Amino acid sequence: MQLTGAEIVIRCLQEEKVEYVFGYPGGSVLYIYDELFKQDKFKHVLVRHEQAAVHAADAYSRSSNKIGVCLVTSGPGVTNAVTGIATAYMDSVPMVVISGQVPTAYIGQDAFQECDTVGITRPCVKHNFLVKDVKDLAITLKKAFYLAKTGRPGPVLVDVPKDITIQKCEFHYPKTISMRSYNPVVKGHTGQIKKAVQLLLGAKRPVIYAGGGVILSDASERLAKLAHSLGFPVTNTLMGLGGYPSTDGQFLGMLGMHGTVEANMAMQNCDVLLAIGARFDDRVIGNPAHFGEVARKIIHIDIDPSSISKRVKVDVPIVGNLPDVLDEILHQLEAADGKPDAKALATWWKQIEEWRAKKSLNYKQGKDIIMPQFVVETLYEVTGGDAYVTSDVGQHQMWAAQYYKFDKPRRWINSGGLGTMGVGLPYAMGVKFANPKATVACITGEGSIQMNIQELSTCKQFHLPVKILCLNNGYLGMVRQWQEMFHGNRYAESYVDALPDFVKLAEAYGHVGIRVTKPADVEPAIREAFVKHKNDLVFLDFLTDKTANVFPMVAAGKGLSEMILAEDL
Amino acid sequence: MRHIISILIENESGALSRVSGLFSARGYNIESLTVAPTEDPSLSRMTIVSIGSNDIIEQITKQLNKLIEVVKVVDLSEAAHIERELMLVKLRATGKDREEIKRISDIFRGRIIDVTESTYVIELTGNGAKLDAFLSAIESSLILETVRTGVSGIGRGDRILKV
Ligand SMILES: Cc1ncc(C[n+]2csc(CCOP(=O)(O)OP(=O)(O)O)c2C)c(N)n1
Repeated sequence: MQLTGAEIVIRCLQEEKVEYVFGYPGGSVLYIYDELFKQDKFKHVLVRHEQAAVHAADAYSRSSNKIGVCLVTSGPGVTNAVTGIATAYMDSVPMVVISGQVPTAYIGQDAFQECDTVGITRPCVKHNFLVKDVKDLAITLKKAFYLAKTGRPGPVLVDVPKDITIQKCEFHYPKTISMRSYNPVVKGHTGQIKKAVQLLLGAKRPVIYAGGGVILSDASERLAKLAHSLGFPVTNTLMGLGGYPSTDGQFLGMLGMHGTVEANMAMQNCDVLLAIGARFDDRVIGNPAHFGEVARKIIHIDIDPSSISKRVKVDVPIVGNLPDVLDEILHQLEAADGKPDAKALATWWKQIEEWRAKKSLNYKQGKDIIMPQFVVETLYEVTGGDAYVTSDVGQHQMWAAQYYKFDKPRRWINSGGLGTMGVGLPYAMGVKFANPKATVACITGEGSIQMNIQELSTCKQFHLPVKILCLNNGYLGMVRQWQEMFHGNRYAESYVDALPDFVKLAEAYGHVGIRVTKPADVEPAIREAFVKHKNDLVFLDFLTDKTANVFPMVAAGKGLSEMILAEDL
Repeated sequence: MRHIISILIENESGALSRVSGLFSARGYNIESLTVAPTEDPSLSRMTIVSIGSNDIIEQITKQLNKLIEVVKVVDLSEAAHIERELMLVKLRATGKDREEIKRISDIFRGRIIDVTESTYVIELTGNGAKLDAFLSAIESSLILETVRTGVSGIGRGDRILKV
């Protein structure tokens, strides 16, 4: 049967078993919306800004391992979506974005709402397509879903000119697809894995450094199995949190710019480093030259060869899908003659316990002013550590990462790579759609929340009872912290003046707002939000210490062992 | 070090900009880039000359391989290879210069492919150094216009870049 391009788009999404499309209509996608209207196999979520559509689809993906889908119109619809796409790209999140385009014959003529979508998005997508013939539409969408999910995942965009959506052709959705130019590696090289196993067994001061790749590839269980069988300490990157249980005794906490003393010192001083699905980011290892001052052997497992030896030279590169590679390592370990060096490990752990004893995350909660860390700790207790937590970007993000102990993967949703303020609320929406029964908390700041505050309206329309915890310090806190520490206390434009009354604002959108000003009220307020108002969206506005800083801190350009601790100041 | 990177890439519109965009976005150097379809019109062959440390060239080949439309990448300069570049030069050729230019062109095995009363167009192939040498052998005031294709390269012997 002949179908129109618009019908084909809908059919493809149905074939892919898409549950939700996050989007916003406009001229060039009207035929697609018309077909969407006529079906009920998947639902459309109307956001209030395209950026939020992409963030929501992104979080839907991150929190479920299904592919988030969004639909936006040409021109401004696309440019609004770019921040969302770049955010997903930096964190390797699988996603398919369908964008409308002006009719084929108008392309290149500066038509109304025309932009070079493929050109604008090229550097921030895994791949993109402009569909030039309705006959290519179905296969292009198939490729988009395939590319998004396989290999190193990422967003894929399909640009569909309006005339294509009314042209007709025979519909056939291929079951499988193969591309001669795209064959991601799965299995790791056995010889390399053998070398890795030898290094692991000979290690005296080992560390496992695990990143977001563990979560993206669903390798958490294997990681735990490997760590337990070796008895090695484990640290997670910001993106890796939840990939290893935070309450496990072998966990050192997060490493990097705001990592714990034990994680950073162990990372710096180890003799064998097993890097799994992590990329030696500048926020993680600090100054690469300083990091390189200590001789150590590095084993690096990653699906993306270009992530290996990019910033730090490694000794044993292993390219492959993490679960497959970890299985093979476990298998070879079992078969190996040797055992990990128990004596050396005992000495190493003793050293680590000394670092741990510094309790680098300690802070003081007095009677008068709410400490932001205390809010996160209380949230952890009230939710039994079982919430999905999204965050925005800033100090609150770091406190959330440091004080909420994630035991499960896909529970901690934040923008690590791009560091996009404004993701928190749309992320919470995406999580809620993917996990309708879950408890969802969004930890944000009064700066970040205002970057996508309009989504309170979407939350009302779709009855999304997420809880917003705004750590309101009246400052663009992370900026203020850097200005205090590195710019002579000159607080240029980091004070947020004329803040709205968030309680009234929440109420205006039809939600519940609660202001919390005293430490003693923190727990009751959180309980009220999560228990009494279980089925409402609650905006908790915590007036917190205005000048609290995030510690430990490795200043930009410094080495991991050169941390500034809270007690130093 | 100077490297010659050969790429087989799907002959799709926009493929070239993915490659050139990659170089500019990541700050890699491009000395020259040539591209044309192969005997199989669905594939294009690209030759990129770049200068960089081994680490950078390794990153370049990895990043190129990561592009979805790239089918194969090799660093030709890793083994024996041949490189050629084509140059067309328009020269002022009057009076006794006509003879002299013809003589130099013969030495460099150039061909005169267009003649007017006052100009010659000479076609010359070779590696970059040979083309440079030709240009410096001609008095600079006679050189009216030059156009060079950039380097094309191929491996020697059994080294074959094919799907
Ligand atoms: C879109 C965007 N613009 C600017 C920044 C730079 N930036 C990083 S953190 C920060 C301050 C965030 O303030 P707030 O949301 O109030 O959180 P706080 O740091 O106070 O917890 C800014 C401006 C950014 N990350 N994203």
